[in-house]
Amino acid sequence: MRITVEVNGRTRESDVEPRMLLCDYLRHELGLTGTHVGCEHGVCGACTVLVDGEAVRSCLTLAVQMSGRSVRTVEDLAPEGEELTEIQLAFRKHHALQCGFCTPGILMSLTAEQNRPAPSREDALDSVRGHICRCTGYRGIKRVVEEVFAESDAENPR
Amino acid sequence: MTGKATGTPVERVEDERLLRGLGAYVDDLVTPETLHAYFVRSVHANARITAIDVEQAKRLNGVRAVWTGHDLGDLNGPLPLLAPHPDLIAPRTQLPLAVDRVRYVGEAIVMIVADNRYRAEDAAELVEIDYEPLPAVVEFSDSGRGRVHDDVADNVAAVVHQSRGDVEAALAAAPHQLTLDLEIERSGGMPMEGRGVHATWDRRTGRLHVSDSTQSHVAIRQGLSRILGLPLDRLEVVAPDVGGGFGTKIMLFYPEEVLVPLAAMRLEAAVAWTEDRYEHFISANQERGQVHQATVGYDADGKLLAVRTAFVHDTGAYIPYGIAVPAVTGTHLPGQYHVPDYEFTGRVIYTSKPPVSPYRGAGRPQGVFVIERLIGAVAKSLGLEPSEVRRRNFVPEDAFPYDTGLDLHDGSRAIYDSGRYAKGFQLAMGHADLPAFRARQKERRNEGRFTGIGSATYVEGTGVGPYEGCTAALNPNGRIVVEVSVPSQGQGHATTFAQVAADVLGCDPADVVVRSTSGGAGAVGHGTFGSRAAVMAGNAVAAAATTLRRQILDTAAEFFECAVEDLTIDHGLVRVAGTGAGLSLAELATGANPIRYPAGPAAPGPRAGSDAPPIALSATEYFRQRQWVFGSGAHVAEVEVDPATGKTTLLNYVVVHDCGRVLNPLVVDGQILGGLVQGIGGALLELFTFDDTGQPTTTSYLDFRLPTVDDLPPLVLDELQTPSPWNPLGIKGTGEAGIIPVAAAIAEAIEDALEPFGVSVHRMPMTSPRVRHLIATSTPLPKES
Ligand code: FES
Ligand code: FES
Repeated sequence: MRITVEVNGRTRESDVEPRMLLCDYLRHELGLTGTHVGCEHGVCGACTVLVDGEAVRSCLTLAVQMSGRSVRTVEDLAPEGEELTEIQLAFRKHHALQCGFCTPGILMSLTAEQNRPAPSREDALDSVRGHICRCTGYRGIKRVVEEVFAESDAENPR
Repeated sequence: MTGKATGTPVERVEDERLLRGLGAYVDDLVTPETLHAYFVRSVHANARITAIDVEQAKRLNGVRAVWTGHDLGDLNGPLPLLAPHPDLIAPRTQLPLAVDRVRYVGEAIVMIVADNRYRAEDAAELVEIDYEPLPAVVEFSDSGRGRVHDDVADNVAAVVHQSRGDVEAALAAAPHQLTLDLEIERSGGMPMEGRGVHATWDRRTGRLHVSDSTQSHVAIRQGLSRILGLPLDRLEVVAPDVGGGFGTKIMLFYPEEVLVPLAAMRLEAAVAWTEDRYEHFISANQERGQVHQATVGYDADGKLLAVRTAFVHDTGAYIPYGIAVPAVTGTHLPGQYHVPDYEFTGRVIYTSKPPVSPYRGAGRPQGVFVIERLIGAVAKSLGLEPSEVRRRNFVPEDAFPYDTGLDLHDGSRAIYDSGRYAKGFQLAMGHADLPAFRARQKERRNEGRFTGIGSATYVEGTGVGPYEGCTAALNPNGRIVVEVSVPSQGQGHATTFAQVAADVLGCDPADVVVRSTSGGAGAVGHGTFGSRAAVMAGNAVAAAATTLRRQILDTAAEFFECAVEDLTIDHGLVRVAGTGAGLSLAELATGANPIRYPAGPAAPGPRAGSDAPPIALSATEYFRQRQWVFGSGAHVAEVEVDPATGKTTLLNYVVVHDCGRVLNPLVVDGQILGGLVQGIGGALLELFTFDDTGQPTTTSYLDFRLPTVDDLPPLVLDELQTPSPWNPLGIKGTGEAGIIPVAAAIAEAIEDALEPFGVSVHRMPMTSPRVRHLIATSTPLPKES
């Protein structure tokens, strides 16, 4: 099937099998390997990408569903040559990643939260609840949420 | 070494790349040309294979190969037994592809290679396998009903046994004794990235390149060379970014690690296999399953006089790792306590389940669970606080080095090098504030809330020998390149080892590049397991950097015509004391080679244009140490249990750990925290289950529950740093420490919380349904009036 989809701001036209998962399309057709696959059944959150700004599990989504829509992956957060985003910097500061496999998915969920009109720390933490990290024990990730979302709160009181 | 970088929380150099989505994990190496492997796996836990029909599968469009064990010829022999040991009675390892018998659900039978994974799975649907099912050995008590290996009586693979003193006599003479039946169930590492192998064959050069999500690409390379008959100089193995290992990826070899490279050679192509999570659940190695009957003899003061445990260890269908896990359980069980007479006997039993190899902690959590449950029971019987019984039995500070009288399975003696056990425990109990807790507990109980406290301690033998190597070199850009053989699965080696080298050499860690190689021109070593990377490779890095520093200073002394003693290196500048003269490391490295290259430095180096030979600024050194070094720690858990739902909530948690000198606190805390939360999963949530035909019944993250952010308790994390006298850096490993005592501490806390119900916790994990069951089947204590 022919699809037209905007990925990280670029329009892509591809022929894909109807059964192809969005994660496989991104990773293996477009070479965007920053999106990871940890379970293929919607639980771990590693494959999370943004579709029209909303966090979506790309392992539970078919590539053909994306026709006419806009997908954003981890590679687009801080494109080459640009400084890391506030959330990414906080991840490094708080040692919120070890192997880094779960990280892109969490970054995307938190980015979706941050882009909301009135981001809240509780909503951000809630979005992390949908992710499994086997390495860090979550303390660093929690600290990222506390740091980044406390500031957002102050700037954008609800 | 008196550096400034070590001991400070240097942010990891690994992170930026990973945060940008530029990590390169095995499955990321796939290109549109890559062929994809898929394995048809047994659906029975114990069965004879009577027929395999692959003809239809072969004919499917896009399928490049369909192989059974018969197609592999001599290559389909038993995979290596990692550590032969005299205790092994009947060691059996798996064939790459099962031929006429399968022994667990998930065992690979047919390999399919196709243009893409979707097509390969289509072909798998067309493979027909006829089975003749046999009775599965699921519980230990099933041993009578079936055999896993026809020629292995009672399914006994090995018996591990050691003793010190005369346990029989000591137990007989002890004023009191008690016996507990304890059970720890199967769990596993469950790294977020599953296993994966990617291999390419270059027909023009006759070279095989393998990328493997492994904890030991060195051993894979050495082994593959033998198995495939390919000289080492034509074989490269790398561990690219690896998405967590936790022991699951120190198995050597999984069948796929042999078969994917073989396929690349045979098909002269790039071939990749990335398992899906279901495959991981049914065919990646697991651990933990043990049942103990343990007896303790003690006196009226709660002094432990003798401990004996007879346990059964579930090794699964094969025993690739020899006796490592049960032996570690036995040798680590007494832990921080001085038990004069001690004996363990472990019967290692084949079952119809995935094979067992070490998972983070590697047998230690079971041992700690046993000794701490015994201590809890002793305390109860004497009306003492368990923490008080612990206090009365620690190996004292003046007893080090403390010879346990036990031999580790690698033949070395278990001698504790250093430790401050009573002090660490006191620190932990101080944070927990037991008297305040008891007061709170009473109040809450009056409100109908059930809270409890539990503590546990452990030792961890780390730094498994015998050696690790490192090559450190200064390149003409002034960068230090450090090559080690220990790949990282997230531990941050590129940062930690850079700190070590930078401090020795007097430069910035940012100028040090750490590479993990699988041997060749550089130094050789083994891999990342047994909490050994920092100890073994860290000290090798220090040694190589020290030699490189000497080479640098010698060279500079020649250039400046001064004595080595007059030179210093600071911030990458070599200076002559008392003069303005100095050279950067880059200038020095360039100057060491008289040949000039295009776009070289404007100012000619000291020896430019001369006929002098270049000076090698590269050093290879090894750190050798057979003796393990013992980290230690104490945990305290405060829980609340809801008797109606059975749910256990951690209210507070205290960790005090001691891994000797800390190289990077960020990284060490990360290891401890990650281990802790895995341990919480192991204590309350995670459990591999099988039905009585051996079918795995936990095969997704929906039924195998991993901890999430809500499972991280309010936490106090503290440490002691008692240096190890047995290596120059004074360090001990800490990769596994965090997980070891968690189940034991939580068990004691749950038992304490549910005291009014008369509950004894003798089993792990304590899932909510189990807690409810326990309450329902216990006899409540008479109400205090
Ligand atoms: S891979 Fe999509 S949720 Fe796990
Ligand atoms: S950093 Fe490894 S799974 Fe999260």
